[in-house]
Amino acid sequence: MATRAETARLAQPRTFSERLVGWVTRSQVHIVLLAIAALWLVPTVALLVTSFRPRSDALSSGWWHVFSSHLTLANYSQVIHTGGMGHAFLNSLYITVPATILPLTLGAMAAYAFAWTRFPFRDTTFLIIVALMVVPVQTAFVPLLKLFRENGHLNTEFYGIWLAHTAFGLPLAIFLFRNFFITLPKDLIEAARMDGASEFAVFRRVVIPLSVPALASFAIFQFLWVWNDLLMALIFVSDPSKQPMTVKITQLLSTYAQEFHILAAAGFLLMAVPLIVFFALQRYFVQGLLAGSVKS
Amino acid sequence: MSAQAPPIQVPQPKRRYGRSREGSFKERLQGIAFAAPALIVLGLFVVYPAYYTVRLAFYKSDYLFSFTNYVGLQNFKDLFQDKDFFDVSHFPPSGAVFNNLKWVVIYISLCLILGLALAVMTIRVRYESAVKSVIFIPMAISATAVAVIWLLVYSPNPDIGTVNAVIHGLGGNPVSWLGQSSTVNYAIIIAYVWASTGFAMVVLSAALKGIPTEIIEAARVDGAGEWNIFRRIMLPMLSLPISIVTVWLFINVIKVFDIIYVMTAGGPGTSSRVIAYTMFVDTFNGFPGRGAAVAVIMLVLMIPVMILNVSRFKSERVMT
Repeated sequence: MATRAETARLAQPRTFSERLVGWVTRSQVHIVLLAIAALWLVPTVALLVTSFRPRSDALSSGWWHVFSSHLTLANYSQVIHTGGMGHAFLNSLYITVPATILPLTLGAMAAYAFAWTRFPFRDTTFLIIVALMVVPVQTAFVPLLKLFRENGHLNTEFYGIWLAHTAFGLPLAIFLFRNFFITLPKDLIEAARMDGASEFAVFRRVVIPLSVPALASFAIFQFLWVWNDLLMALIFVSDPSKQPMTVKITQLLSTYAQEFHILAAAGFLLMAVPLIVFFALQRYFVQGLLAGSVKS
Repeated sequence: MSAQAPPIQVPQPKRRYGRSREGSFKERLQGIAFAAPALIVLGLFVVYPAYYTVRLAFYKSDYLFSFTNYVGLQNFKDLFQDKDFFDVSHFPPSGAVFNNLKWVVIYISLCLILGLALAVMTIRVRYESAVKSVIFIPMAISATAVAVIWLLVYSPNPDIGTVNAVIHGLGGNPVSWLGQSSTVNYAIIIAYVWASTGFAMVVLSAALKGIPTEIIEAARVDGAGEWNIFRRIMLPMLSLPISIVTVWLFINVIKVFDIIYVMTAGGPGTSSRVIAYTMFVDTFNGFPGRGAAVAVIMLVLMIPVMILNVSRFKSERVMT
């Protein structure tokens, strides 16, 4: 930062007209930036405001009339209780938590094997996994659905969607973790092995504790990925009482079409968890999304 | 060619790949044991299904998704005769493929331009992180939520929809943005640009900060203007991050589905369908073979990205 400030100082214009030009350009930047930021906020603010407006107001006037109407939490209690969003919220949790922990665990173990053990075709297998990162989920819909239907109706329980999300989260998990694990000091791992630690102990007591940032980044990415997913839930959760919030909202949409006070409240319930994650874990969150950028 | 001198033989460092064959029997067994659960899951639920789908693309199939009624390439031929998927009988051409092409061009360029502009501008102001948060937040929320947000923005009722309220206020007539085929694709694309620009901005901003200030300083001292600094120094040094962002946006465009499903369900009629949407509709409306053919097309579109990822990984490996 110091060097940038220095640059700015060095580049200070000297004459009055130069300074004037500089001020105009700078205020242009401020105006444009603030305009863009406002533009970016408006759609979300509009929905947020609408979610607190009573039905009659929301149907007859726009969100910008917010100051002339009283605000209420009735929409939220309606979607949670009669709209089924409360139940769907729990379903989203039931789907997301195992679908995050499973690829995290299996991925970390496999990444350890690729980083710190030797076995035949290790590197070829790893390159295949790198390629698998961008296989579109569409190639798995039909065969997985058939597999789940014909083997214990896994699609009527949560197992089907857990497995599908685990499988498609694994390549990224293995890729990220392996690249992180190989940066750990070799001496540390050799020393633990010399002391007679088993491979599992090295993995569990040396590698995992040192890799928390990478594990957290992936966990956040996968959690949001599954939480926000609609397509896989549409296909792999066939029991209506097990559907997550994303699917529930599409049903509310066909019932309430233009009744935005309901849709807005439902939308904000869906957004609540990601927004909390965003504000609480911003650093890991950004890292996670950036790390996940190679995934299809 | 024959006139060229033979390539100079450079002694190659021993490749690290070779080492994997070493190690004792017990060591290998332990390695396999660690990798096995993940490899089994990947094999069963990613690799085998992909093989199944590729094979299914050559069958008519049935509601049980079995290999019945071999039709060769007929599914692909049907697909390119389907006016909802690929229609070149009039100009401009229409159908899911061309809608997706609109997505590729408009979505990618808008995200890149906006992301780059924001990265360059935010770096000069003190409230940088606040602006960045505002732009980046939509990345956190689901496409379903983005769709609900923008349904309200585009509402045809000028008393409710923000855009039409502005148009109405300026004296214009409200437009049903999502209700007519001429505007629906652009409207959804804008909504998705809103959701994705934050990603481009964050990556490019980080890359921008990685450019040594001495270089920019030197250029300033030499009398280079801001535009020239951007054009001749920043842009060339950002070429790698720009390509990374472009690839990510491309992957995003090929798989785009959720936002369309929620906002228009491919409509009005079939005018906002894209490739991934056609796959869903065909598969679950009685044409599983044709759906599989669309999935194969998606897989083929991803092959260049696969090759890019693998070769990028390999080259990084050699360097380290």
